[in-house]
Amino acid sequence: MEIDAFLLSRIQFAFTISFHIVFPAFTIGLSAYIATLLGLWLKTGDRKFHLLARFWTKIFAVSFAMGVVSGIVLSYQIGTNWSRFSVAVGNVVGPLLGYEVLTAFFLEASFLGVMLFGWKRVPPWLHFLSAAIVAGGTALSGFWILSANSWMQYPVGHEVRDGIAYPVDWLKIVFNPTFPLRFAHMMTAAYLTTAFVVLATGARHLLAGHRTESAKTMVRMAVLMIALTAPLQAVIGDFHGKQTAIYQPAKLAAIEAHWDSSKPGALVLFAWPDEKAELNRFEVSIPGVASLLTHGSMDALFPSLKDFKVEDRPPVLIPFFAFRAMVGIGTLMIIFGWVGAWLWKRGTVFEARRWLWLAQYSWPAGFIAILSGWFVTEVGRQPWLATGVLRSKDAVSPVTTIEVAISLALFVFVYCVVFTAGILLINRLIDKGPDEISHEDPPEQPSRRPLKAAQAPASAIFGDGHPGDDKIQPAS
Amino acid sequence: MEWYLPVIWAGLIGTAVMLYVVLDGFDLGIAILFPTTKDEGERDQMMNSVAPFWDGNETWLVLGGAGLWVAFPYAYAIIMPAFYIPVILMLLSLIFRGVAFEFRWVAKPHHRIWDLAFWAGSTVAAFAQGLILGGLIQGVTVVDKQFAGGPFDWLTPFTLMCGVGVVIGYATLGATWLVYKTEGPVAERARRQARTLLLGLLAFAVLVSLWTPYAHPRIAERWFTPSNLMLLWPFPLLTALCGTMAWKRLNGAHEFTPFALTVAIFLLCFLGLAISNYPYLVPPGLTIWDTAAAPASHVFVLIGVTFLLPMILFYTAFVYWTFRGKVKADAGYH
Repeated sequence: MEIDAFLLSRIQFAFTISFHIVFPAFTIGLSAYIATLLGLWLKTGDRKFHLLARFWTKIFAVSFAMGVVSGIVLSYQIGTNWSRFSVAVGNVVGPLLGYEVLTAFFLEASFLGVMLFGWKRVPPWLHFLSAAIVAGGTALSGFWILSANSWMQYPVGHEVRDGIAYPVDWLKIVFNPTFPLRFAHMMTAAYLTTAFVVLATGARHLLAGHRTESAKTMVRMAVLMIALTAPLQAVIGDFHGKQTAIYQPAKLAAIEAHWDSSKPGALVLFAWPDEKAELNRFEVSIPGVASLLTHGSMDALFPSLKDFKVEDRPPVLIPFFAFRAMVGIGTLMIIFGWVGAWLWKRGTVFEARRWLWLAQYSWPAGFIAILSGWFVTEVGRQPWLATGVLRSKDAVSPVTTIEVAISLALFVFVYCVVFTAGILLINRLIDKGPDEISHEDPPEQPSRRPLKAAQAPASAIFGDGHPGDDKIQPAS
Repeated sequence: MEWYLPVIWAGLIGTAVMLYVVLDGFDLGIAILFPTTKDEGERDQMMNSVAPFWDGNETWLVLGGAGLWVAFPYAYAIIMPAFYIPVILMLLSLIFRGVAFEFRWVAKPHHRIWDLAFWAGSTVAAFAQGLILGGLIQGVTVVDKQFAGGPFDWLTPFTLMCGVGVVIGYATLGATWLVYKTEGPVAERARRQARTLLLGLLAFAVLVSLWTPYAHPRIAERWFTPSNLMLLWPFPLLTALCGTMAWKRLNGAHEFTPFALTVAIFLLCFLGLAISNYPYLVPPGLTIWDTAAAPASHVFVLIGVTFLLPMILFYTAFVYWTFRGKVKADAGYH
């Protein structure tokens, strides 16, 4: 493979978007969780919900900042590195991203200010509303970005003249066939991922001997969420897979490492797909099961990789292994969630040390699954950027190899420094926990003061009032 | 319709860029002034004066980028590769200063490094924006509607001057914002700094006004053709007037007017640049019509803009109103 601006641009985009996706996925889930907590607090007046909301808002602030700054990079990188993409499909994809900015970004960014700093500036109902608007905004952002991505996977509602796509039917473009399931799959993934982070945090505090009501509440809420959404995610994923069989047969063939269309697809449990020899080495498989899962019958035949010209085939290794990682983690999530629910029903969930021990290390599970899923879907779309419309290699900008090499090196360096620091700081916040923070409010200790976003109410920053969240009560 | 749509979109994107420059200008500006105090409490106060707003402010930059792509894909596809290095530099700098807003507080007492990141990130981002502005004014080599220049075409004495000019301009906005939003030593120092910076900003405006018509006949022709001059003479006059008033107000006890007048100066300079270059979006060759997206795409997003932009402006105003008033010197935790 030749090292040129094209290859380096691909690596750079994959690198920056992989870093980015982690934060929106987490903040989509976390903002919904915080809004739920604030809603429960308004309804019940129970102080633990307020403590938890304050605690998670601080973590949200740090994560959201990292999501914002890594997201700005992407909106410019489409131009800096993929300028021919911007021209070829700009008429269709551009407006979808335009709507994302107009409907979602401003909503999130503006009400974030109220959510972070408005604890005493605005009445509790308005503060809850702001959190709910931020949660809605993040989900709306997901709506548009997945619509755009799904259109690139299977473009419809357009016509191509002189290599440039023109919109014909916006409704068809926005609600393109692979969009609804992909959106459902991603949103569920975001909520599930966040539930695991909440669970891990609760478990960590329980194991450390902080047997507080807030730690228990986190575990209960997370277990409920996981036990319900993990199996739901499997069902959505299954439908999504069946749809891939219809709309993106080449991607499906790569996922299944399916080389021979004269036989039904086998469920390959393990193999090393050899793209040169066009076969699987060290294969362990169950005959017919892939056909059953994707086409509903053990005998169904479906296109294999050999049915596509070599230049139209996606790479096989990444979709093949990433898919197995995603499904494997998903299965473990279901088992883990149900075991948790069963322990809860028996009333021993807070004493189940082995389960809690696993739970406290389970926080990366969702992130790894999401990244794996995106590697399947994005690499599986290759060699196309927009299937049938534009090949990736024809989309790259007229920039020099050395420019991209330098920018890639800088991105790797900066992201490693900044995001490592961010994750360490989040870890520090999680360690402190929701309960310690509430006793840490005294204004005499600025150096021990954690994140100002949640810690100092706006009134403390802006005058007229003094801190002390114990005094905050919901309006009755 | 085919004639009007690009004009409307140019107006919209111009407005978005202008809003970005003013809004993010003052929060980048306070960061540029960060090293002028060593006192942690004062730095806290400076940062707190923009903390609830910066995220919304920076969203206008995303709208500028996305809007350019939506409305003028050819321009977007030429400008971004042409300014590859300054754009990447700006993005990386914005990462440092953006995370510093949150990291600084969590990292305390080991926050010095994030103070540095906040200052350096903001200063370099402002400088890079100046480079891009200058580079665009001086023109981009285009063949066949594609960028055809070299990676360092943007590096000239003119663009370097624009980089410095934007840093000074943002610092002026930041200083006058501090005069408006803070009190005590921070506000007093900001008032002194604002006076010096204001002179720098005005000097920069004069320099650009002389340099661009000298270097580019099309700009000279735009301003100095008698019929145009009849219409355009109020621009330099108004700018001078605003500058004089801002200077006087800064020497008095006014708190809000210096900021408002600095914003007015920015607005006038921005309009001046727009007049110099209209109808070119990628000078010297491509107009807004040459680079426009399909009319169907323009209309589709325009429908949304009609409803959403007033809403955005409304709730942006709501957030500023919610956090109105002075940021206290003691800020409640000393």
